[in-house]
Amino acid sequence: MYKIKKTDLPKLYEAIARTQELYLPVSSAGKTNFAPWTENIQPDIDTLKTVRSPKDVFFPQCENLYTVTREEGKMKITPETLERENFVIFGIRACDVRALAVLDKVFLSDPMDSYYAARREHGVIVSLACGRPDVSCFCGTFGIDCAKPEGDVATWLYGEYLYWQPQTPKGEKLTASLEKLLEEGEETAVEEAKAAIRAICDKLPLKDLSLEKWGAEAAKNNFDSPLWEELYKGCLACGTCTFVCPTCQCYDIKDYNTGNGVQRYRCWDSCMYSDFTMMAHGNNRTSQMQRFRQRFMHKLAYFPANNQGMFSCVGCGRCVDKCPSHLNIVKVIKAFGKEEN
Amino acid sequence: MQELILRAKELLESGEVVRVLGWRKGEHVYDPEPAFFNSAEALKEFVYNGFCGANLSKYMIEASKLEGKTLVFLKPCDTYSFNQLLAEHRVDREKAYIIGVGCKGKLKIENIKADGILDVEGAGYPDCSEMLTVKTLYGDVQVSYKDAMLERCHVCKGKAHKIYDEQIGESADTLDADRFAEVERIEKMSPEEKFAFFQNELSKCIRCNACRNVCPACSCRKCVFDSTKFDSAQKANATSFEEKMFHIIRAFHVAGRCTDCGECSRVCPQGIPLHLFNRKFIKDINNLYGEYQAGTDVDAKAPLVSFTQEDAEPSIVAERG
Repeated sequence: MYKIKKTDLPKLYEAIARTQELYLPVSSAGKTNFAPWTENIQPDIDTLKTVRSPKDVFFPQCENLYTVTREEGKMKITPETLERENFVIFGIRACDVRALAVLDKVFLSDPMDSYYAARREHGVIVSLACGRPDVSCFCGTFGIDCAKPEGDVATWLYGEYLYWQPQTPKGEKLTASLEKLLEEGEETAVEEAKAAIRAICDKLPLKDLSLEKWGAEAAKNNFDSPLWEELYKGCLACGTCTFVCPTCQCYDIKDYNTGNGVQRYRCWDSCMYSDFTMMAHGNNRTSQMQRFRQRFMHKLAYFPANNQGMFSCVGCGRCVDKCPSHLNIVKVIKAFGKEEN
Repeated sequence: MQELILRAKELLESGEVVRVLGWRKGEHVYDPEPAFFNSAEALKEFVYNGFCGANLSKYMIEASKLEGKTLVFLKPCDTYSFNQLLAEHRVDREKAYIIGVGCKGKLKIENIKADGILDVEGAGYPDCSEMLTVKTLYGDVQVSYKDAMLERCHVCKGKAHKIYDEQIGESADTLDADRFAEVERIEKMSPEEKFAFFQNELSKCIRCNACRNVCPACSCRKCVFDSTKFDSAQKANATSFEEKMFHIIRAFHVAGRCTDCGECSRVCPQGIPLHLFNRKFIKDINNLYGEYQAGTDVDAKAPLVSFTQEDAEPSIVAERG
């Protein structure tokens, strides 16, 4: 166990950023989001949840896949280079770390996504325990412990210090490179920090959220429920829930006509949008109710059916906080829970 | 609130309306959702409090396509949106039974700067109080109602409902700021400063389309930005160019029709003050064509779509700089 004074954190950021890219929560125009460290930014590791999840760092909202250019009557295809440099992502919360395990299931299984895989291979994850969990949090429902986050290094803000615990060989290596800045920390302080966090978690209003009606079986049980007609009505069909979600992984691939060729890019897509999964024959989901149902069935039924029971929700609560109509996955989970009573 | 529920029940039971469009209780006091109620029984989940900021006018586009009348609750500022939709033939007056509901300012939970908010006492209608007691996981705090209000309530358009069949509840004029002060502040900036201001704000945009989808003036059946035949990088929302294009095109498209209902800024997950674009247009329209408030009167001639000999020449923009 190591520690560093909170007031010395800028030195730590600088030291990491000297040799590699460092992503961390940064406050800009009143909101906190992950961004690369530069000298002039304003780091903010006190805000519990960044608006966008850190999935961008591994699965950017938009990225080029390859460029096609015309040269002397011939087509030239230039693939985008893969990530080759190591980087560090600092201050990522327990739910968001687990979200990467969800994304891994999608992008690292056959056929492997080489763009994502390269970023995962080169990224070192420094997680941060949640000192002040919020009422919209329900990571516990998915077996996530926000007092002891996964990651290559886990950290805790407690008192005047940030406590630092390497958890993997990658984390050990990063820790060794920062030896001069870190001093030995007390296990007892971290145990106190964990106990304080868990005491708050016991008081969270969503701590008993039950997934009893969900999982692989729900794929056939819940699809035809009349509840969906009730639940979707307020939905504006915007993509806020999907774009702030750390596990939503659907994307579109499009060609941009550059005038002299084509730039093939991939960008996040949203199952809430009317052109989502549009095919030559049209769209297989023709109403917003169907689109709304798809999002929750994917997270709570289809994904677990295809991934040994793993849900593709981590209980971060961003959709709970951000939906313009206050619809969210918690309301859906609860509505089905009530049905049998 | 009970009065609203009772009246809704009466109207449902008499057959005057077949459904009610209102707000349904959420997990907490601060997250009611826009909802349709089809029976008196369903109305037990109806709620009306300081967090019912959602403007229900736009939902009336879909409700107008359904059989029978829909009872809709509209706050004073929401009625401007309904009128504008009526003027554009997007809603059917015959399909709406409008109860103008009293409003004493609506709240934004993000404006209560506290972690772990469990409950907000004092936000209930009709008895909302000047001070809110905010119960949190980390202790109670007191916040003034005014400090927690939506931006749009500080520039309130007034207590009058512009269209209604009946009215229930009292309203309060919450106006305490100059509607155009922020626009004027930005107008005084140098072009570089203006660019930096908007770049800083718009770089946060995630192109979730919440602003567009909530906007009562954005009522096109199919948005140009959703067209699959549109050969552009419009879906590649990472570039700042596209972010700026999107919001500015949208602002131009709703110019003269935007009632300044403030929904765009209310719903933006990144807190971008999108209303400033629209308000700049409103200010210019007022200056160039005379005072005009969209949605005040269904039959009024809108300045941008009616030609007069006295209209400002386009060159005025170049002259003004």
